[in-house]
Amino acid sequence: MAKKKTEQKKWPEKWHELNPGCMVFAAGNAANYKTGSWKSQHPVWDNSKCIKCGICYIFCPEGCIQETQDGFYEANLDYCKGCGICAHECWPGAIVMREEEE
Amino acid sequence: MNQVQNFEIFAPKLVDRKEYFSAGHRACQGCGEVLALRHILKALGDDVVVANATGCMEIISSGYPQSAWEVPYVHVAFENAAAVGSGVEAALKALRRKGRIADRYVKTIAVAGDGGTCDIGLQALSGAMERGHDMIFFCLDNEAYMNTGIQRSSATPFMAATTTSPAGEAIPGQRTWKKNVPEIMVAHKVPYVATACPSYPIDLINKVKKAAAVRGPAYIHVFSMCPTGWRCASEITIKMGRLAVETGVFPLYEVENGKYRLTMEVPEKLRPVEDYLKLQGRFRHLTPADIEKIQKQVHREWEILLNKVECLQPW
Amino acid sequence: MGKRVGMEVAIAAAEAVALCNIDVAAVYPITPQSHIAEHMADIIHDGRIDAEFITVESEHSAISALAGASAAGARAYTATSSQGLMLMHEILPIVSAMRLPVCMANANRAVSGPLNIWNDHTDIMPQRDSGWICLFTENGQEAIDLSIMSFKIAEDPEVMLPCVVNIDGFQLTHMIEPLEFPSQAEVAKFLPPRKPFAQLHPDNPISMGCFAMPDTYAETVKAKEEALRGSKKVVTRVFAEWAKRFGRKYNVVETYRAKDADTLMLTMGSMGETAATAVDEMRKAGRKVGLVKLRLWRPFPVEEIKAAVAGCKTLIVMDRAISTGGAGGPVATDVKSILYGEKKRPRILNVIAGLGGRDLTVGDFVNMFDLAKKKKDEPFEFYGVRE
Ligand code: SF4
Ligand code: SF4
Repeated sequence: MAKKKTEQKKWPEKWHELNPGCMVFAAGNAANYKTGSWKSQHPVWDNSKCIKCGICYIFCPEGCIQETQDGFYEANLDYCKGCGICAHECWPGAIVMREEEE
Repeated sequence: MNQVQNFEIFAPKLVDRKEYFSAGHRACQGCGEVLALRHILKALGDDVVVANATGCMEIISSGYPQSAWEVPYVHVAFENAAAVGSGVEAALKALRRKGRIADRYVKTIAVAGDGGTCDIGLQALSGAMERGHDMIFFCLDNEAYMNTGIQRSSATPFMAATTTSPAGEAIPGQRTWKKNVPEIMVAHKVPYVATACPSYPIDLINKVKKAAAVRGPAYIHVFSMCPTGWRCASEITIKMGRLAVETGVFPLYEVENGKYRLTMEVPEKLRPVEDYLKLQGRFRHLTPADIEKIQKQVHREWEILLNKVECLQPW
Repeated sequence: MGKRVGMEVAIAAAEAVALCNIDVAAVYPITPQSHIAEHMADIIHDGRIDAEFITVESEHSAISALAGASAAGARAYTATSSQGLMLMHEILPIVSAMRLPVCMANANRAVSGPLNIWNDHTDIMPQRDSGWICLFTENGQEAIDLSIMSFKIAEDPEVMLPCVVNIDGFQLTHMIEPLEFPSQAEVAKFLPPRKPFAQLHPDNPISMGCFAMPDTYAETVKAKEEALRGSKKVVTRVFAEWAKRFGRKYNVVETYRAKDADTLMLTMGSMGETAATAVDEMRKAGRKVGLVKLRLWRPFPVEEIKAAVAGCKTLIVMDRAISTGGAGGPVATDVKSILYGEKKRPRILNVIAGLGGRDLTVGDFVNMFDLAKKKKDEPFEFYGVRE
C-alpha cells in the first residue's frame, strides 16, 4: 500500500503507487501547476503612482500579488492569469496591462 | 471613479497575509467565486475543515495528484456538502470528547455553488441547518451551473440567457425570478444568515468571522461574479459585484437571530438596474420594457427588505 | 463469555454495534430496519455509549454524513433497507473509492415497485458493484458476530473499505432468538478504537475526494478492485481470530452435508436454515443432497465456491433477486461464470424464489431439489409464481 508522502511524487503513477482514495497529502501542491501560461497580458506597476493601499493584493483571484519589502506590490507572473482586475481596481492608476510578447 | 469608497482604503493591510488556497488553481481568469473563497479562508484561518460540493470550486482545486487547499478538505458528491459537513462536525466533536484528536475547537464549513445549494443540495442543507450542526454553509452563487457549461439554476436571475434558458424568440431567457435561499435559511431559524460579495472583501471577512463565532449553524450567501458565464470582461469582475449591490439586485445584509440589518450604506436612491444589466452578455437581449420589469421587481424586493430591517425583532 | 438472552435480532444488531466503540451513527428510519434505528437512538440517548447520533433527513444524507465522519477519523455506522439503500446508491461507490471503512446493516427488503416491505435480496443486488465488502447472515447470532467483525475487517490497514452486513428483513430482523453477547471488555480487546490511515484535521491538512482525469481513473479502479479482492484474506483472518476468542467458527463459504452429495443447493441469508432442514429430511430418505451457503458475497469467494461444489453433479442456485432482462439471478450468473472454465462442472439450475416476502417452507426446498431432478436445463426458473 502507498505510504503517506509529502514530497513530489513521480508521475504518472502505477495503480499501486496511487495514494489510497486519491488523497492528496501535500497541502496546496496545486502550486506546482503554473497558470501563468494562460495569460495574454500581464500587469506592470508604476510605483511612483502607487499609494501602497493593497487593493490590487486583495482583489487578485489568484492571490498572486505580494507585498514587496518596501511596501509596494508585485505579481508572481508564474500564476498571474492576466485577468486585469488589479489594473482596473487600482484607483491611483499605478497598474497597466501589457500584452505578452510574441 | 469606482472602488475605494466601499471600504477603508488601507483596510487590506489588516487582512491575514497567509493564503489558504494556493495559486495554481484552475479557475477562469477574473473568477469572483475563487476570490470569495480566498477571503473566506483567510477569515477562518487554520483550524477549519472544508466539505465541498462538486462544482466549479471543486474542479478547479482538486484534480489528483494536486490540491489547492492548504486546509483539510473533503469532496464527496454534488448534493451532499451539507450532509458531509454534518458528519465531519459530528466526528470532530466525538473524537475531541474521546481524546482521539487534539483538544481544541475546529470549525466545519460546507461550500457549494448555487446548484449545490439552491437546487440539488437544498434538502441536505435544510436537514443540516434544522439539526443545528455547528457549521457554516457557504453558497457561492454564480447564478448558473457554470462548471457544466452555463445551464440555468433556480438562482439564475429573471431573463438571463443560459444554455438551458436561451434567449429564444418564444421564450427570452430564464422564466423565473431568483430563488431566495437566505430567506429559507432565516425560516429555519438559523442564528446567523448573511449575504456577501467579494467586491466588499472586508464586509465578507467580517461576516465570515461573525458566522464562525456562532456555535451552531450559520449560512452565508456569497454573490460570486462569473465573467465566463455572465459574458462580461474579466477585469470588471469586482465592478460587477459592486453594481449588483448598488442597484439593489443583490443587497448586502445580515440576519442575527431574526434581526435584519443592512450592511451596506443605505442609498437615497438605488442605481438603475440597467447599469448592471448592460455590461453582461447574458442580458443583451433585454428590451427597455424587460429592463423596466426587472427594475420594478428589484424595487419591490428592496422595499420588502427595508421593511424587514425596520420591523422584525430578534427572536 | 456472556450469557444467552432472548432478544429480537434487530435490537441485538444495535446492541452488538454498541459494543464497538462507534463514534458517529447516522440513521434514517425505514421498515424493517427501524428497530435497529430506534434502539441505536435509545442506546445513545441513554448515554450508554459515547457517540454522536445524527438523525438525518434521508438515507442519502446518512451515508454522506458518514463519509464525512469517517473521513474525519470516526468509526461510523448506519443501517438501512430497500429504498433507503437505493437512495444511497450514488454515494456507495464513492465511499469505497475514498477508502472509508463505514459499516452498515442492511435489513434486506424488496425494492419498489410495487411497494413491498417484505424480504428478498433485490435491494442489495444493485449495490453489488459498489466496492463494499458484503456479508450475509443466517441467524441472529451471526448478525451480532458479523456486525462486530465488520468494523475490524473494514478498518484493517490492508482493506480500508466499507462493509455491509445483510440481515434479512422480518425473516431475521424481527425474530426473537436466544443470543449470546461477548462482553464489552472482550470486544474492546478484539476491536480497539479506530486508527485511521488519514483523517481530516488541521494538524495535517490533506485533501480527500479528489477527482481523477482519464490518465488516472483506470488506475483507481484497479486499485479498488485489488483492495476488495485482497480483503478476502482479511475476512478469513478475522473469522479465525473470532473463532479463537469467541469459539464460533465462520467461513466465507459454508457447506452442510455436502461431502458426498450429488445435488447441492447454494443459498444466501436466512433461508439457509430452512434449506438445511429440507436437506436433513431428504438425507433421511436416502437422497444425496447438501447445501452450500454463501456468507461472503463481495468479494466473491471464487476458489471457495469452486471447492465447495467440486464433485457434485447438479447445483441449484437459489436467487432472491433477478437481473431483469439479463442472464438470470445475480448469484447464479456469477457462479456460472466462475465455473465456465472448469473441466468438470455441475449442471446448474437457477431458481428465482422468495421474492417480496413470499414464504418458502421446508417442502418448497424439497420441491426445488425435485425440480432439479426432472427439468432439463433452463437459464433460470421462477419458483412458486402462479402460471
Ligand atoms: S492598488 Fe494600486 S495603489 Fe493600491 S497598492 Fe496596488 S498598485 Fe498600489
Ligand atoms: S492580472 Fe489578474 S491574475 Fe494577474 S495579478 Fe492582476 S488580478 Fe492577479
